[in-house]
Amino acid sequence: MARVIINGVKYQVDDNITILEACNRLGISIPTLCHDERLNPYGACRLCLVEIKGKKKLEAACTTKVRDGMDIQTHSDKVIKARKEILDLLFSNHPEDCLTCERSGECKLQDYCYEYGVERGTYIGEKKFYPIDDSNPFYIYDPNKCILCGKCVRVCQQLQGTGAIDLANRGFNTKVSTPFDMGLAKSTCVSCGNCVAVCPVGALMPKKKIRYRAWEINKVKTTCSYCGVGCQLYLLVKDNKVVGVEPAKGKPNNGLLCVKGRFGYSFINHPDRLKTPLIKRNGKFEEATWEEAYNLIVKKIKETKEKYGPDSLAGLTSARCTNEENYLFQKMFRALIGTNNVDHCARL
Amino acid sequence: MTNSIEEILQNDVIFVIGSNTTENHPVIGTFMKQAIRRGAKLIVADPRRIELANYADVFLQLKPGTNIALINGMLNVIIENNLYDKEFVEKHTENFEQLKEVVKDYTPEVVAEICGVDKEDIIKAAHIYAEAERAGIYYAMGITQHTTGTHAVMSLSNLSLICGNVGKEGAGINPLRGQNNVQGACDMGGLPTDLPGYQKVFKAEAREKFEKLWDVKLPDKVGLTVPEIMDEAEKGNIKFLYIMGENPMVSDPDINHVKRALTNLDFLVVQDIFLTETAEYADVVLPAASFAEKDGTFTNTERRVQRVRKAIEPVGNAKPDWVILTELMVRLGHDKTYSHPAEIMDEIRGVTPSYGGISYERIEEEGIQWPCTDEAHPGTKYLHKDGIVRGKGLLMAVDHRDSAEVPDSEYPFILTTGRLLYQYHTRTMTGRVEGLNKLAPKSFVEINEATANKLNIKNGEKVRLTSRRGSIVTTAKVTEIVDEGVVFMPFHYSEGAVNYLTNTELDEHAKIPELKVAAVKIEKVGS
Repeated sequence: MARVIINGVKYQVDDNITILEACNRLGISIPTLCHDERLNPYGACRLCLVEIKGKKKLEAACTTKVRDGMDIQTHSDKVIKARKEILDLLFSNHPEDCLTCERSGECKLQDYCYEYGVERGTYIGEKKFYPIDDSNPFYIYDPNKCILCGKCVRVCQQLQGTGAIDLANRGFNTKVSTPFDMGLAKSTCVSCGNCVAVCPVGALMPKKKIRYRAWEINKVKTTCSYCGVGCQLYLLVKDNKVVGVEPAKGKPNNGLLCVKGRFGYSFINHPDRLKTPLIKRNGKFEEATWEEAYNLIVKKIKETKEKYGPDSLAGLTSARCTNEENYLFQKMFRALIGTNNVDHCARL
Repeated sequence: MTNSIEEILQNDVIFVIGSNTTENHPVIGTFMKQAIRRGAKLIVADPRRIELANYADVFLQLKPGTNIALINGMLNVIIENNLYDKEFVEKHTENFEQLKEVVKDYTPEVVAEICGVDKEDIIKAAHIYAEAERAGIYYAMGITQHTTGTHAVMSLSNLSLICGNVGKEGAGINPLRGQNNVQGACDMGGLPTDLPGYQKVFKAEAREKFEKLWDVKLPDKVGLTVPEIMDEAEKGNIKFLYIMGENPMVSDPDINHVKRALTNLDFLVVQDIFLTETAEYADVVLPAASFAEKDGTFTNTERRVQRVRKAIEPVGNAKPDWVILTELMVRLGHDKTYSHPAEIMDEIRGVTPSYGGISYERIEEEGIQWPCTDEAHPGTKYLHKDGIVRGKGLLMAVDHRDSAEVPDSEYPFILTTGRLLYQYHTRTMTGRVEGLNKLAPKSFVEINEATANKLNIKNGEKVRLTSRRGSIVTTAKVTEIVDEGVVFMPFHYSEGAVNYLTNTELDEHAKIPELKVAAVKIEKVGS
């Protein structure tokens, strides 16, 4: 354990952790744009600078490990001045379109500028003016909004293991790019959107079929309905419609999703959805009430059972339905119809 | 899975066989790639040069239907060179001598010939696997969808057991389940032999337990599996079929046979969220709510029971499946109703020992892995921790056997099937997502360049594939992913559906059809 003083209060923390980790565990909030606990520390955005007694320079909390006896200030005047300066620099080279930006309300740059009272970028000079890459079916990349935190690049390399994008060029011209800047569609990108999920600003944004503002959304945590990995995700709901998906951290997917889980949700509110029971009459489906449908099914079950015995009936339950539904289905066939002819598509 | 997804990061060696993990279980694929970045070694055995092959220390591009020969070959090298875990074999397994006897004949030379791989690669793979401290095996339907599927699983179990990789963290035998709740559907007794919790219908004490709870006499005769139901329907012995959330008109082998079976029924009920290819044949279609419109639980491939939460109201007059079933059951004389799935889970817990400690309260934040026998049980990260559950691990000496259909002069190519990253199963859902269809719009067949040249087929041209069961037209994709003599098709598409061609021959134990091997001929359309 290391004994440290943070903002004048004494704490004992694990050694071998960073100042940022220690503060996170203690509930002391430090701003950061480039940090993700799943990735190697990067120290790019410098927003997490803290003052350490005895050190002339401010140090990045995300790359500096705690040491016994450290006396740390996370919000001293010097620190706050430095953070304001960084935010000013970032915002000076950022489109001032927060009114219409799709990320507004969930933008880290916006949040921190608000928190630190940075109302505008005061540096006048060259601005980036790049074309937007909208070649991917599910999201766009707007390099003009990119703050070069490198999270997307590192997630793609270190977690997703695809490495479709990287930082190209140097200095002011640095840019997140695909090989030869040919665009996402021509890269090895697999459209998982794990980069989009970590972008702190509006540079990587999902293409929205139904537009929404962050504050209009209700997020409901659930389990993905595609493969058997069971990824945890949030359904984004607006006006009783699912309008987006975001990954959840923790087991089993640790904040990662694939293209289907992340972007394959529009079937939910698709106009083709079955909305009423159908009964086939003279070879054609006709809309029916639930009561009519139930009565017909029950009648057929009873007739068939009486005439041919329970083993002339069979049911396919579903690997797509819940445990509770599968339990009821087999119970219905075994206990009420009287046959073990129940199976599902586990073999297919 | 005997072990957990998070343990992939602890594997020293990852052995992937018959699983195109990065496309079919993409997030597990990312964990594998993370493990490789951290230094884990990778062995890949697959008939196709899948993405993971690019990262493999050994890639064995084996002929479809030769899994057992390959594994026996690895076992041969491991035993002959004394690379196995003698202490584990002695303490925790039985039948070792018999296994040793059978795999003796599977020398690397013999196996190389059967599988069409390099003998040195078999030796190398065996060494890498056996010399690892913690080696995990990951497989999917490339192992199971064969007439020898059950035996192939046993072979993998042999390999894992003799190297002491069972009951160990970061190791194990890990089938990757394909559908969100295929694990749960099995756990809940969605099988003709099993009541919930794998309690056998033919065992009186199991039945008695449920008879007491349900207050009814239960049938003791083992029921029919899906392929058997289709067979009996075609013969006229199954009269009434109720299909909930399944689309056999695309997913099952020999679609012409499925069509005959469904049209021969007296009555077909289909309950689904869309009017599927199968629903077209129904007498009554019931509109179900999607996963976003209901509460419940799914059990994932690592046995983790997780919450499904209602986010929106059901569309139109659709109802959650559990509501439909509850209402139907009442009309069939069931005296119990449920007002929320949590009440159904409470009933499940009472009769399913492995789910005994799983309640909605406990899994609110994070799912629990079964077995979880009571409220105090934390769940089970990996199985067989305190010794093999059945006492000793039974080594099963099994031989290679040819697939039911092998190429001949009339049908000279092996057709194998699989899935794509951008589509899901029969496309009921993904077929309605614009972006996914832009990325993977239609059916195709992968043909090796040499084969294509021989048949004068160019990339993108229409080709006709014919098997003993049917014939379809699809688009040629000329590629080096498959070997000469092997062609691959994804099974998602109803237009140019590969399941018109596939074989209904079953594995005698698991009754799984041999979807991974059929003999076909290929012709250029218009030639």
